[in-house]
Amino acid sequence: MTEAIPRRETRETLPITRERPFDPPDELGRWREEATVRRMTYADGHEGWVVTGYAAARAILADPRFSNRPELLHSPFPNRPIRREDLERMPPGFFIRMDPPEHTRYRKLLTGQFTVRRMKLLEPRIAEIVADHLDAMERHGPPVDLVPTFALPIPSLVICELLGVPYGDRERFQRDSATLLNLETPLDDAQAALDDLFAYLHELVLRKSTEQGDDLLSGLISAGELTDREIAGMGLLLLIAGHETTANMLGLGTFALLCDPAQLTVMRDDPGSVENAVEELMRYLSVVHLGPIRAALEDVEIDGRLIRAGESVLLSLPLVNRDPERFADPTVLDLARSAQGHLGFGHGVHQCLGQQLARAEMRIAFPALLRRFPGLRLAVPPEEVPMRAAMAIYGVHRLPVAW
Amino acid sequence: MKINADAGRCVGAGMCALTAPAVFDQSDDDGTVVVLDPEPPEALRAAAEQAVRLCPSGALSITP
Ligand code: HEM
Ligand code: SF4
Repeated sequence: MTEAIPRRETRETLPITRERPFDPPDELGRWREEATVRRMTYADGHEGWVVTGYAAARAILADPRFSNRPELLHSPFPNRPIRREDLERMPPGFFIRMDPPEHTRYRKLLTGQFTVRRMKLLEPRIAEIVADHLDAMERHGPPVDLVPTFALPIPSLVICELLGVPYGDRERFQRDSATLLNLETPLDDAQAALDDLFAYLHELVLRKSTEQGDDLLSGLISAGELTDREIAGMGLLLLIAGHETTANMLGLGTFALLCDPAQLTVMRDDPGSVENAVEELMRYLSVVHLGPIRAALEDVEIDGRLIRAGESVLLSLPLVNRDPERFADPTVLDLARSAQGHLGFGHGVHQCLGQQLARAEMRIAFPALLRRFPGLRLAVPPEEVPMRAAMAIYGVHRLPVAW
Repeated sequence: MKINADAGRCVGAGMCALTAPAVFDQSDDDGTVVVLDPEPPEALRAAAEQAVRLCPSGALSITP
């Protein structure tokens, strides 16, 4: 008689197929029931981990024994291996991929420009940008696709404004950053898009060195601590990190509200609850859905599992933000709950630098859209809305709406 | 209640200034935490404690 062989939890890759548009894959939920820190096979065969528990994720993101340096990380996705030659071409100043103290040096040069107070000063300009796009939608008349008319251009213009990127160059940015983040883009095309964005920003920095403005890039130039290539690299990071993320929150968030009229009413009619509402959408949607990833620098025990030095760890934010130990009724969208403490912007030293800007954009854009078009509705059945399942940032490809 | 803030650990994420604006602000130079009220009244305890919990870098603490 042979004994039943215990089911090995290894040799399984990250589930990414979703059964329902707003919920993470059911299989991942089953994984969390097995273990909040669980074995997972990465694309190159590396036996690493996936973290689905809130407490474990928070602990790892705050722990300096976990590194964010790309040469130490394994990629969980078959079509996105991490290649040595790409790493060597990584732009300078790309501090999201550095550890302290290098990371600290770059980040500190920017934090003064992203304070809660500075972001408040941008609010009137954000409101104008939002109103301009609502005017254009109204002139066009229904139906429109909300992604190119509203969700994509608003964050793009806000970040261009912040960096001092001329309005006329923005299409090039949207195209290149979409190419870059699409997991289905062949690697060489993704690298070409990155190179193109970097070359453009480098040119812009050189131009601004002679004609200074009051924008962020000019501020970094006059600080005098960085080379122009480093400044261009930091600008590139802000563009990539701030555009597609916020755009997908706006698109997916509107889709979620249109599917839940009671919650939509809260966002539209109750200005006092907008702050909570935005936090809850961040928690519920967790658009950074395939990461972040870290590598252990030494052996570390988390939730009873021994993560060995060199092993990669993927923090699954959608699961972490629906951990029943942390949030009651986690699968329910409830704009009235306090979702503070969600990890949708990450945690630890890399916690989103642009989060106060993203919050301001969402707090202005959602209510403005819903008030301008009180009868806003989907122009197609919900199951026909194409989802970005394979993209680094989750969301909708298109969102046809009418009013 | 006494507020302790370690500007050296702070990563300028602004959760403190957002959560307890009467107690915390951020410096205009580098965005790091500035304590406005190092011994805030009891009425601000809940907000101050929430800021300590939300701070991503572990830069804040409260001594009773
Ligand atoms: C709703 C929109 C946004 C979401 C969901 C989001 C999410 C995140 C997350 C999860 C991280 C942590 C990554 C990690 O730990 O590896 C991060 C980092 C970052 N984000 Fe955001 N973000 C958003 C908007 C923005 C905006 C508007 C900007 C800038 C204008 C921005 C700039 C950055 C930067 C620079 C980092 C790297 C910080 C560091 O490494 O110290 N983000 N973001
Ligand atoms: S919340 Fe923490 S990291 Fe963020 S500004 Fe305040 S002290 Fe600094």
